[in-house]
Amino acid sequence: MAVAKQKMLALNGDEAVAYAAKQSDVDVVAAYPITPQTIIVERFSEYVANGEVDTEFVCVESEHSALTACLTAAATGARAFTATASAGLALMHEILYVTSGCRAPVVMSVVNRALSAPINIHCDHSDTMVERDCGWIQIYVENSQEAYDSIIQAFKIAEDPEVLLPVMVGLDGFTLSHTLENVQTLPDDLVEKFVGMRQFPLVATHEKRTVPFKLDPKTPMTIGPLDLYDYYFEHKRQQEEAMQTAPKIIQKVHEKYAEISGRRYGDGLIEQYHLEDAETAIVCVGSTSGTVKTIVNDLRSKGISVGLLRLRTFRPLPVKEITKALENVKAVAVMDRSLSFGGHGGAVFHEIRHALYDTSTHPFVVNYIYGLGGRDTNPNLLHKIYRDLQRILETQRSEQPVQFIGLRE
Amino acid sequence: MFSEWKFTAKDIAEKPDLFMSGHRACAGCAPAIVLRLIMKALRGPTIATFATGCMEVVSTIYPYTSWKIPYIHTAFENVAANASGIEAALKILKKKGRRAQEQVDVVAFAGDGGTYDIGIQALSGAVERGHDFLYVLYDNEAYMNTGIQRSGGTPHGASTTTSPAGKIIPGKLEHKKPIADIMVAHDIPYAATASPYYWKDLITKARKGIEIDGPAFLHVLAPCPRGWRSDISKSIEISHLAVETCIFPLWEAIDGEYQLSTPSKVIALRPERKKPVREYLQMQGRFRHLFTPKFEKIIDEIQHITDERWQRFLKKCNIV
Repeated sequence: MAVAKQKMLALNGDEAVAYAAKQSDVDVVAAYPITPQTIIVERFSEYVANGEVDTEFVCVESEHSALTACLTAAATGARAFTATASAGLALMHEILYVTSGCRAPVVMSVVNRALSAPINIHCDHSDTMVERDCGWIQIYVENSQEAYDSIIQAFKIAEDPEVLLPVMVGLDGFTLSHTLENVQTLPDDLVEKFVGMRQFPLVATHEKRTVPFKLDPKTPMTIGPLDLYDYYFEHKRQQEEAMQTAPKIIQKVHEKYAEISGRRYGDGLIEQYHLEDAETAIVCVGSTSGTVKTIVNDLRSKGISVGLLRLRTFRPLPVKEITKALENVKAVAVMDRSLSFGGHGGAVFHEIRHALYDTSTHPFVVNYIYGLGGRDTNPNLLHKIYRDLQRILETQRSEQPVQFIGLRE
Repeated sequence: MFSEWKFTAKDIAEKPDLFMSGHRACAGCAPAIVLRLIMKALRGPTIATFATGCMEVVSTIYPYTSWKIPYIHTAFENVAANASGIEAALKILKKKGRRAQEQVDVVAFAGDGGTYDIGIQALSGAVERGHDFLYVLYDNEAYMNTGIQRSGGTPHGASTTTSPAGKIIPGKLEHKKPIADIMVAHDIPYAATASPYYWKDLITKARKGIEIDGPAFLHVLAPCPRGWRSDISKSIEISHLAVETCIFPLWEAIDGEYQLSTPSKVIALRPERKKPVREYLQMQGRFRHLFTPKFEKIIDEIQHITDERWQRFLKKCNIV
């Protein structure tokens, strides 16, 4: 299929998300305002008020109810979407697990923001990283264009009968959510066609009937029962199997989307930037990778072999792709924009170092905690990280595997 | 506003059960009776949703279920949000022609913990937004599922495992929250109270709640022999006494207009029929400590509060 003619719009990240949701034929949106996500619900409310969408907008009294209503709407057969950030996501914590456990394919954008206390409205990844075990697919984007593209893809991934898992799309608060960017948008009809109608896998009911998986009086079923030690474990295993199937679907959807949009983000799971012959590399998620790319260009122009690995899909973790991408790298710096208090480094560090343990090359892997509460990560800091990696290579020693960068010490 | 639905005991007996036998409720469980009666009140296709609680647990132990209609449970504090999402989905899918055009009703169930306490935020929000659903509170007056802990619905003087009757403290010190009045204060189109003893009244009210456009709230008193420490054969008798003593008057409020239901109206018109609260309390072990010289004055207190509430209530219903 030929790449479609697209319309360039000046949108901030939140607007790009709202615009993508608007085009994705969403049936139910239930949401609650929270900075820096609020623009998404505001824009969507305007679409509803102006009759630009055919969506039931439920302006709930809390994020807990927002996700709950999306869950049950999805269970009733609707395509459901919500958006939140920080404390809102934390309030949803309980229902995040219930949503994935009920296999409700809800799509949610999370505008990454620090957690209280002290209260802070700016970006870090504490809110989503702490939810990495809740059974949701997690995609982190680099810019508003990717936010737009990823929301559209997310519906297709979540609702795939082989996956049937909720998807969270993380975009950096303010850095993306409130920054105007040129965003290429696809025509409405093309997005609607791409996303398509909701699919329902067939399941067996207690009455031994095989029926579409949704709440329908014609085919009654019980969703969310009490499930004890005799079956619970198998159901959790099924969720994990769906997670293991997801990378294949994420890549397939990403590729199909590239055919109409002309846009690719690596292979949909990870994005490699000059990694082929890189001796040292940074691994990160989110918008920081945009800045890292300019540093890589700069250092490459000086003949230094550096690279970048951006994790686009953090759950499920593309272990095979990560180890392959880093197989020739000798020293890796993992950047974490969240903190696991008392742990040995941040969440991304844990995963990368863990994945590389089984490789024969055993590169040095160090961790930098950066940018908490929206602290700016300027090029000097990134240069320092690459310099540190160079020194590790030269001395063949890494004295401090976990350190903080860009703060008063 | 309401259909002229008339039914006899025979009609109800012959109407197929939608809440099926085989569930694991205890002997004498009034909430199980309440669920069965409410299922008899349905007018057509319906989706049920449940808050975490004893009736959720006993009716859906995987791979078994007692529900012949679609059913979803998600968590404890959010059943009204469950109903909101289901109703929103039904509405838009019908509009878009993505499901059959028939009316599908939504009924949410929660116990007193899931309503008075942890669920009140979601309930208040859903009622304010005006979703079209019936909310049924089966009130067994404590957290029975976790082992009889006090809730905002536990009455004054009751001994529970977190408001135990001790040497100094005579059970729960606080009073029962007037939850149905709180719903009326939301300008809810329909709110009512019911008792399984008056099964016809209960079914009629459930049907009205389903039929009315917008949210409806049905508060059903549902004795729990385990938690009330009562004889398993007396649950319905106790439900009767709760009304006869005016501890739990039966009424409905349509668009905020309070009206006594017949069983309570009879008492209002012939006050000599009003029974002393002592008769209700003495059937329940949770009040046993009140029948000792040390705490006996609490019974007088309960009588006094009951009388006072009853008088206030009569004024609200324009009966002086």
